[in-house]
Amino acid sequence: MSAVAVDDVWKFYGDFPALRSISLEAEPGACLALIGRNGAGKTTLLRTIAGFSRPGRGRIRIFGKEPREPETRRMMGFIGHGISVYDELSAFENLKLFAQLYNLPDPRRSALEWLERTGLERVRDGLVREFSRGMRQRLAVARAFLHDPSVLLLDEPFTALDDRAIAVLQRLLHEGLRAGKTIVLSTHQLREALELASHVALLNRGQVAFHGPCTPEMVSDPGYVYARYGEGG
Amino acid sequence: MKFFRQVFVIAVKDLRAEFRTKEAINASFAFAVVILLLFSFAFDPDAETTREMAGGLLWIVFAFAGTLILNRSFARELPNDCLDALISAPISGAALFLGKALANFLLVLAVQLVSLPVFAVFNSLHLTEQFWPLLGVILLGGWAITVIGTIFSALTVNIRLREVMLPLLTFPILIPALLSAMLLTKALVLGQPVGVDNLSWLKMLIGFDIMYTAASLILVETVLVG
Amino acid sequence: MRDKILYALGAVALAILVWNINTIARLPEETRQGMVFKIIFFHVPVAITAMLCAAAALVASVLFLVTRNFKYDALAVAVTEVGLAFLAANLITGSIWGREIWGIWWAWDARLTSALVCWLLYAGYLMLRRAVEEPTQRATFAAVFSIFAFIDVPIVIFSIKWWRTQHPQPVFWGGGSFPPDWTTHFLWNMLAMALLGTVMVGVRLQQEDCQRELDSLRREAHAM
Repeated sequence: MSAVAVDDVWKFYGDFPALRSISLEAEPGACLALIGRNGAGKTTLLRTIAGFSRPGRGRIRIFGKEPREPETRRMMGFIGHGISVYDELSAFENLKLFAQLYNLPDPRRSALEWLERTGLERVRDGLVREFSRGMRQRLAVARAFLHDPSVLLLDEPFTALDDRAIAVLQRLLHEGLRAGKTIVLSTHQLREALELASHVALLNRGQVAFHGPCTPEMVSDPGYVYARYGEGG
Repeated sequence: MKFFRQVFVIAVKDLRAEFRTKEAINASFAFAVVILLLFSFAFDPDAETTREMAGGLLWIVFAFAGTLILNRSFARELPNDCLDALISAPISGAALFLGKALANFLLVLAVQLVSLPVFAVFNSLHLTEQFWPLLGVILLGGWAITVIGTIFSALTVNIRLREVMLPLLTFPILIPALLSAMLLTKALVLGQPVGVDNLSWLKMLIGFDIMYTAASLILVETVLVG
Repeated sequence: MRDKILYALGAVALAILVWNINTIARLPEETRQGMVFKIIFFHVPVAITAMLCAAAALVASVLFLVTRNFKYDALAVAVTEVGLAFLAANLITGSIWGREIWGIWWAWDARLTSALVCWLLYAGYLMLRRAVEEPTQRATFAAVFSIFAFIDVPIVIFSIKWWRTQHPQPVFWGGGSFPPDWTTHFLWNMLAMALLGTVMVGVRLQQEDCQRELDSLRREAHAM
């Protein structure tokens, strides 16, 4: 069974199709990089897979189940454009909150553990609004990984990260892939993404222009995919 | 059981965030006192007729001051896209709604319980005679304002002119509940018990609360996810 | 084809109205209220039509939420707009009556007050639609609000009626007697109003179809 199965999905805004007949699969343990110009539909696709909105047509299945079911949500981690943590709460309070929402057996311990793993243990009681941007990003990463999701959906995760945050994220993603997690990430930062990716999908105007394994040519020349299959990068 | 634990977690989060910033609650208190003051200028507090109007005026204060709090309810999830995290967490829409409604209810209640003595002082009212029934009406009416305000806060969170749309949508729907609360309060502040005449208003208020709580619990998932 | 049906219905409605108005004008004047009493031939039918519109809006909204088919959303908005127009006619005719009989433009009569509250409710529906840009979201939110509004309609009517029985005020058309042989004319007017309402909804639906097509073409153009 695929980890993520997108089957003939259309997404409409009114009558305008933002996604047209998208069919994709990601096997467990794969890392799929979604690339494409702005407006191609990467964010729309990711958010539809994550269950934020329903497709107009077609189906999405995560390990055979619907995205909105509680068990599915339990095994998904999402990082969007925002950091999705509360400014008025401390780092520890934020992680403990999400640990509780995800019904983890020991929320306190999980929160402390992930503060350590993302290098935030010294500022655990600091309010997020006082954090630097990189720290906020690392906390966002902690929040997404906290409940040990099997499927990670990341929307341009490397954008606006500082070096330390990028390093943390890359390490966690590599570890996750070795542990068998499935990752779908959309990106403009081709180099970082293609180093991780096992597969690549190019979206163009809401359609899949290319979907296949990530080859060494792609890693060495990130513009390659655009040039061959897209509309000239 | 898990459901109620999640409700509690959400309610605590909202209350904690609110007490750290005190944005909504301060604005609401200030607004309530200002309106009460303006009423005192507009009407002569010693006149018998004013005492009769008092019950009605009080609910106008509660409704408007309450809106300030309710507007914040889902709006506080917008910065940093926190609403995304809540929607993708394995928490049912109903638990999310109920948690927020609970937090809002406590905040609205706080404003009500502060406004009430201020109001009594400004208008020379003795509220002790029918205090417990009055408290009951305040709780029931407060819940009506809260439940409608919370579900519409979810509805209007991402749309244009949110601060305007929320009262615009909420107040007409609340009219029967406010009417009931006003008439009950009017009798109670004048020292009259809830008699046979007023019992139907009590039932109306309770019925309103139950019906709209149910409707909100059913429809909240549609509002949040579509 | 649809156009022709609409034109035909409209013509029928107008014909009935003209003929009926003629007949009504010839009827003897009511003893105490005179000519003005005949406003009831319009005042009540528009109210009933408005109520039918509210019910239709509820059904359309629920159907939209269940099927996600936009034609139900178009029906919901069309029916609500037409209902609002008829409700406004109700308020205006009621107000005119009050002015003639009681000398005041408005009194807190139970039915008129309920009508006003319902008008505000459904006006809110239209404002909500204006405030949401994205069509799917707009349709969904509007449908949810329509359901909430409809639940409120009977509550509003009953609570305001109780309010007025506790604190009686002049009832706007208390005191007039409605002769039973007038019932047929009343029913003809009712039919005419219902037909008129249907025609207006039909026209609005067509406009909504065009609007949706324009919207999607515009988005398509932007995407290029």
